[in-house]
Order: sequence, then structure tokens, then C-alpha cells
Amino acid sequence: MSRLSVRNVWKEYPGQVVLERLSLEIASGEFCALVGPSGCGKTTFLRMLLGEESPTRGTIELDGKPLVAEPGPDRGVVFQRYSVFPHLTVLQNVIIGREFERSPFLGKLFGAKRRAAEEEAEEVLNEVGLSAHRAKYPAELSGGMQQRLAISQALIRKPKVLLLDEPFGALDAGTKSQMYELLLRLWAEYKMSIFMVTHDLKEGFTLATRVLAFDKVRIDPQAPGAYGATVTYNLPLEDKIAAMAVA
Amino acid sequence: MRRIINLRPGRGGIVLWGALPFLMAAIAYAVASSTRLAANPNDKLLPHFESFVAAIARLALNPDPRTGDYLMWVDTLASLERLGLGLAVSTALALVLGVAVGLIPYIRAGLSPIIGVISMIPPMAVLPVLFIVFGLDELSKVVLIVFGVAPFLVRDLAIKVGDMPREQLIKAQTLGASTWQIVVRVVLPQMLPRLIDAVRLSLGPAWLFLISAEAIAATEGLGYRIFLVRRYMAMDVILPYVAWITLLAFLSDAGLRWINARFFPWLQAGKGQS
Ligand SMILES: Nc1ncnc2c1ncn2[C@@H]1O[C@H](COP(=O)(O)OP(=O)(O)OP(=O)(O)O)[C@@H](O)[C@H]1O
Ligand SMILES: [Mg+2]
Repeated sequence: MSRLSVRNVWKEYPGQVVLERLSLEIASGEFCALVGPSGCGKTTFLRMLLGEESPTRGTIELDGKPLVAEPGPDRGVVFQRYSVFPHLTVLQNVIIGREFERSPFLGKLFGAKRRAAEEEAEEVLNEVGLSAHRAKYPAELSGGMQQRLAISQALIRKPKVLLLDEPFGALDAGTKSQMYELLLRLWAEYKMSIFMVTHDLKEGFTLATRVLAFDKVRIDPQAPGAYGATVTYNLPLEDKIAAMAVA
Repeated sequence: MRRIINLRPGRGGIVLWGALPFLMAAIAYAVASSTRLAANPNDKLLPHFESFVAAIARLALNPDPRTGDYLMWVDTLASLERLGLGLAVSTALALVLGVAVGLIPYIRAGLSPIIGVISMIPPMAVLPVLFIVFGLDELSKVVLIVFGVAPFLVRDLAIKVGDMPREQLIKAQTLGASTWQIVVRVVLPQMLPRLIDAVRLSLGPAWLFLISAEAIAATEGLGYRIFLVRRYMAMDVILPYVAWITLLAFLSDAGLRWINARFFPWLQAGKGQS
């Protein structure tokens, strides 16, 4: 379960209002695409959901409880880059989530526990089609493979919410459509909510059950930082929501 | 004719071109030495190569008639012990303080100003203080090396930890890592090779401080010996000692580089070759 309520949230940086009057109710398990012009605060919104930044005003609640003000295992994330650990192999990158969970002191599993974690990781890697590359380091993977790795790394802790910041921005069209299939399959399987920032409107409409468009409604030409962006369109895609309810 | 920036030596060529300056230096020395010795057979400034061999044999292969020690080995052991100890302590300090300062905002706020000030104190200026406080024996020499090298290592590592992509630290937290787990699984493994590179860079200063301290107060050590025999203008000892120190420094640098290549394979991953 992962119902998200955003109540009158503002985010200000010194001399600049980035987001203002943000209010949203997102049901559990929705796939939201966040779109909007560059610099309007999509990443900032995502970072607030992540707990990396806190709102200047207003509250964000997950399942009725205020959001913990630091990142945690209930919210997974895939950034545009630097998402995976360069010093770990593909397999190690995936099991590290389990190691953090089960080995508080060393952060490393051995013996039977390790084999169990590896088997679990193999399954996830199989799903994203990376089994054959389990021994490679991220620097030896292509961009699309790195993003698939980042997704499987995030999935092993079974987060309630998955946050994606332009995850496919650097990929070619063919790889993108493969990634869409993968993401939708995983979304259905893991039953998590997804928030994905994208610059590609078509991508948003293809994937999401809801498209949130961010933009400024008020502009003061003398003081560009005086007003922030807000959600100008909150577009539920009814047919997909219905399909989700059936599944 | 192609542009000179596009002409590359082959594998043999690289060896040949690299050896050439050494060869030329050796020839120049031999010629200069012979001319001086021809004019004055007792000249001490540029001894013949045979005198080097004789001096090394005397110091390294035969016991000293007075003490019964093999002086060159005693000197080498004493110097390497001080250097190793100084560098080990500095590295350990850098590891603990550098990571803590780079990663934890409260520790950064508390410690980075004082570390900044300490690193500006010229180590040689406080050497007398060290001699007074720690005495003239081993401890003061090791402390001088630590004093000279550790602040650089700490600050360098703190900056590198601070420069790690934020995304990685966030990512680790979303996987449930505690601060301690982030240190041992994310920060340390990536910072160790950086630290080793920084130690390589500080080998030069470390030797500088070691030899200075030994020159001023010691009873054995490579720096001590050089400054002792200077009184007799014993170039036949000084020059081989300098060459020996250079070789030791070169080997420790190569050793550290080997450690990086051997134990951190991911550094080279994706860069071709391998
Ligand atoms: N840490 C910060 N301090 C000050 N201002 C910031 C900070 N982070 C973001 N901003 C400002 O907030 C605004 C929104 O930035 P944000 O990164 O959220 O945009 P975005 O919508 O993700 O843009 P893009 O599509 O280009 O990624 C920008 O004007 C930026 O200058
Ligand atoms: Mg952004």
C-alpha cells in the first residue's frame, strides 16, 4: 500500500520559489509521469518524495503518515546517472540491498545467506535480461544495461514507491521500447507506485496511469524567482486505471 | 611526412628512448670523472665507478670493523622503519579523519578549520619542538613525517569523499544502508585506491622529512650516513646512497601502483585493454 497525499506544498530556495501550492492525492499503485519544461522543479519534487529535501511549507504523507525526512528502503530510486556502484559487479550491485538489510555490521553476507541472496538476485537479473553479464562492472555495460541494473538494484528491497528521474533519457528508441515493456511488467508484478520524470510526453502517455504537468501559472518578468511552478494538469488516464484495477 | 604528433615509437623504441637519457648521463659522468681524475688522481668530487663499487662493498657486504654491523643494511632498515611507521600512521589518520570529515557534516564543521590551520604550519619549523617534546630518538622522526604528510592526506581524502556523486549516497540509503554500512561498503572501497594514489604522491615529502630529521639527530639511517660522510667529502658513499634511496622510493611507488591495479580491478574496467 502506498497512497500519497501532498497538501499545499511549497519549496523555496534562497531568492527563488521553485514549487508552490502543490496538492495531490495519488492512489496506491499508480504510475505517474511528471512532465514540464526544464528547470520547473520536477526533480525537486522527486527529491522531496525521496526525503532528500523537505518542503518549505505543507506536508507530504505516505499512507497517512508524514514522510520520513531521509531516504529509506520504502522508496527506491533510479537516477539519470551514477545510480549504480562502480566498484561492484552487476551481481554484487543487486545483492547489496539484501546485505544492508541482513548484515548490519559488515554489510556483507557469507555462506548460505549469501547464496540465498545471490539466487534471489539472479531471478531479478533474469527478469531484466542481465544474467549473462553478472560478473561485469558497470563501466563495462551500455547505458541501457546500466539503467536496467539500476532498476533491478532498486527492486530487490521491494519498495512501495519507485522514483525514476529521466531514466531513459539517454537511450535510443529501440532500447527505450524494450525498457517500457520491462518497466510495465515489473510494475504489474511488484504492485508499487511509480513516479517517473520524463521529457518525452509520448513516453509519459504510453506508460503512465496519470500524467502530471508542472508549469508556472504566474510569471513576474521583473522577478523570475518570485513565483513557482505547480501542477497545471493532473490527467488520469481512465482506461489504464481501469485496466490496473482489473489486474 | 606525417605530423610528428602522429609518429609513435614501437615497444622496443619506447625502451630505447627511455634508456637513452640514463645512458647519456652515465657517459657524461664517466667522461667528466676521468678528466678530473687524470688531472688529479686524489680528486674526491667525481669518483670513478670502481670507487662506488668498493664503497658499497665496504658498507653493505663487510661488517664495520668498529661495531660489527653491516652499515648500509642497518641504515636502510632504520630509515624504512621510520618511513613505514610515519606513512602507516598518516594513512590511518587520513582514512579515519578524511572519511569522517568528508561524509559527516557535524565532524566537518568541527574539524575542517583546525585541520586547515594545522596543514599550513611548516613541519620543519616545529621540528625543534618535536625534538624537545618527543626526545631525539625514533618518535620525533616518525612524528615529523606524520606532521608533514598526514594533513595533506586527510584533506585530500576529505575532498574526494565530498566529491562522490550524491546519487550514490542517496541510492545506498534507499537500499536501507546505515551510515556505518555506507562507510564500509560504499565509501571506503572507492576511496582506498584514491588514498593509495595520494600516499604515492606524498612519498617524496615523506623522504624529505625523514632525511632532514636524520641529518639533524640520529645514530643510524640513510640520511644520517650521507650527512656524516659529507665531512670527508666521501662522494663515493654519498652518490650510491642517493641512488639507493631513489631506488627504494621508486620501488615503493611501483609497489603501491601494483596494489591498486591488483586489488581494485574495477578502476580499469571499461577502459579498454584488460
Ligand atoms: N539545491 C538547490 N539550491 C538552489 N536552487 C536549486 C537547488 N536545486 C534546484 N534548484 C532550482 O530549482 C529549480 C528547479 O530545479 P529542478 O532540478 O527541480 O528542475 P527540473 O524540472 O528537474 O529540470 P530538468 O527538466 O532540466 O531536469 C531550478 O531553477 C534550480 O535552479
Ligand atoms: Mg531534473
